[in-house]
Amino acid sequence: MSAENARSRDLVHTWPHLVYRELCALLAASVVLWIVSLLVDAPLEELANATLTPNPAKAPWYFLGLQELLVYFDPWIAGVAIPGLIILGLAAIPYLDPGEDGSRRRFALSVYLGGLALWFVLIFIGTYCRGPNWAWYWPWEDQTVIKPTLPLTRALSPAIGWPAVLIYLGGGLLAPRLIWRDFFARLGIVRYLTVMGLLLLMIAVPLKIALRLAFNVKYVLTTPWFNV
Amino acid sequence: MGQQLRGRASLWRRTRDRVLASQLWRSVIRHGYPDENRNRILVIISNIFLHLHPARVKRHGVKLRYTWCMGGLSAFLFFVLTVTGVLLMFYYVPDTRRAYQDMKDLEHAVLFGKLMRNMHRWAAHAMVVTVILHMTRVFLTGSYRPPREFNWVIGVGLLVLTLLLSFTGYLLPWDQLAMWAITVGTNMAEATPFLGAAGPFHELLGITKHNDIRFALLGGTIVDQNALLRFYVLHCIALPLIGAVLMAVHFWRVRKDGGISGPHGKLPKL
Ligand code: HEM
Repeated sequence: MSAENARSRDLVHTWPHLVYRELCALLAASVVLWIVSLLVDAPLEELANATLTPNPAKAPWYFLGLQELLVYFDPWIAGVAIPGLIILGLAAIPYLDPGEDGSRRRFALSVYLGGLALWFVLIFIGTYCRGPNWAWYWPWEDQTVIKPTLPLTRALSPAIGWPAVLIYLGGGLLAPRLIWRDFFARLGIVRYLTVMGLLLLMIAVPLKIALRLAFNVKYVLTTPWFNV
Repeated sequence: MGQQLRGRASLWRRTRDRVLASQLWRSVIRHGYPDENRNRILVIISNIFLHLHPARVKRHGVKLRYTWCMGGLSAFLFFVLTVTGVLLMFYYVPDTRRAYQDMKDLEHAVLFGKLMRNMHRWAAHAMVVTVILHMTRVFLTGSYRPPREFNWVIGVGLLVLTLLLSFTGYLLPWDQLAMWAITVGTNMAEATPFLGAAGPFHELLGITKHNDIRFALLGGTIVDQNALLRFYVLHCIALPLIGAVLMAVHFWRVRKDGGISGPHGKLPKL
C-alpha cells in the first residue's frame, strides 16, 4: 500500500484523458453490438411444447459446464455443491491470498487460470461435443445418427473408495505442509486448510472425470444417504 | 491561407464563448469550456454522472492495458440492456398464450423490433463475457487485496446476478429452447440437499415435490404460466433493481477504496 500511495501522486485530469477514452470505448462497443445485431438474429424456435422434449435439451451456454458435469456427478453435486463452492471460493479469494507478488504469485495465478480454463473447456464440450442422449459427437459428426447409450458404469467397492478418498485428502493436506514449509508458514493454519481444502475439491473434479472416462467409475464413495 | 484558417478558428471561438456565456447555457452548465485546469475539474465535479469519477485520476489507471475497460463496458451493457429491455416490455406480455406470438410480432411486425430483440440478446451474452473478463483482470492485477477485499465480494455478487438475469430472461420467448433450458436448469435445483425433493436428506425436513425449492422457483411442479410470470417479474424488476443497487455500492467503493488500484511494482508475468 505504501508503494501504491507514494506513486499514486502521478495524476492526470479525468477530463479529457479518461472521459474521452470511455467515450471511445462506448462508441466502439455500440458499433460492434449494432453490427452484430443487424447481421445475426437471436434464435427463436417453435412454440414451447411440454410434451415434446428435444434431445438433447441444453441449458444456456454459461451453465453448460455444469450440465456437462452431470455426466460425472449426481445432480446435487454438479448443480448445487460445485457452483456453491465456486461462488464461495471466489468470494473468499481476498481473504486467502497472502498478498505476494512476482514469482511467489505463481500458485495463485495457476489455480485461478486453471479453474477458469476447466470451466470453459467443460462449456466447450457441452456446447460442441454433445448430441442426442448427451453422447459424445465431434462437431463435424452427424447428430441424426443416434449413438448407442453409454456403457454400464460401476461403483468402487467401499474397501477401495474410502481409503482412496482418505489418502487423497489426507495426503493432499499434509504433503504440501511438509514439502513447502515456507508456503504453510506464509498462510497460517486456518488459511492453509481452507486453501488446500478448496484446491483439493477443485482438482477432484478433473480426477473424477478421468476415473469415469478411463475406468467407467460412477461412484467413488457410496453411503446409505448419498453417493459421490 | 493561414490567415483565413486563423480567422475561422477565432470565429468558432467567439461563437463558442458567446454560447457558453449566455444565460440559457449558464443555467445548465455553470463553468467555461474545459480546456484549462479549473474548468476541467469543474466539469467533473459539477456533473452528477461524471462525478462518479474523481476530478483527477492516476495516470496508469486510464490505460486500457490496465483495466481492459471491462468494468466500464459491463456497466454500459447493463445500461443498453435496460433501454432495449424497456422497449421490449412495451410489446411483450408474460402470458403463455401470447408470449410466443409477441416475439413473432417483434420480429416481423414491430418497427425495429427485431433489432431491439437482437441487441438485447447479444448484449446479454456479451455482458456475461465482459464481467468474467473484468473479474479476471481484477484478479491478475491483484486488485482484490486490502483495502478492496469487500468490493471483490460485491463483484462476485454482481457476477451471480448477471448470470441470474441472463437465465431468467432465457425463458421469456416461450419457445422450445426457452422451456427446455429452464427445465434443465431448474431440475438441478430439485437436487439441492435438504431443500430439493430429489436431493439427499430431503426427508428430514418433510420436503416433497410440492414444497421444495424448485416449486418456489417455478410456482408449480412444471415450467408453465406461474413460472413464466415469476421469471418475468424477477427478470424485469427484482434482479435489475438489486443489480443497480449493487453497482452503486461497487462504484462507490472503488472511489472510497482510493480509486483504481496500483500502480504496482510488479505485475504478474504470464
Ligand atoms: C455487473 C458487473 C460489474 C460491473 C458493472 C463492474 C464495474 C466496475 C468498474 C466500472 C470498475 C472500475 C475499474 C474498471 O473498470 O476495471 C470496477 C472495479 C472493480 N471491480 Fe467490478 N464490476 C462488475 C463485476 C465485478 C466482479 C465480478 C468482480 C470480482 C469478482 C469485481 C471486482 C472489482 C474490484 C475489486 C474493483 C476494483 C479494481 C481496482 O481498483 O483496480 N467487479 N468494477
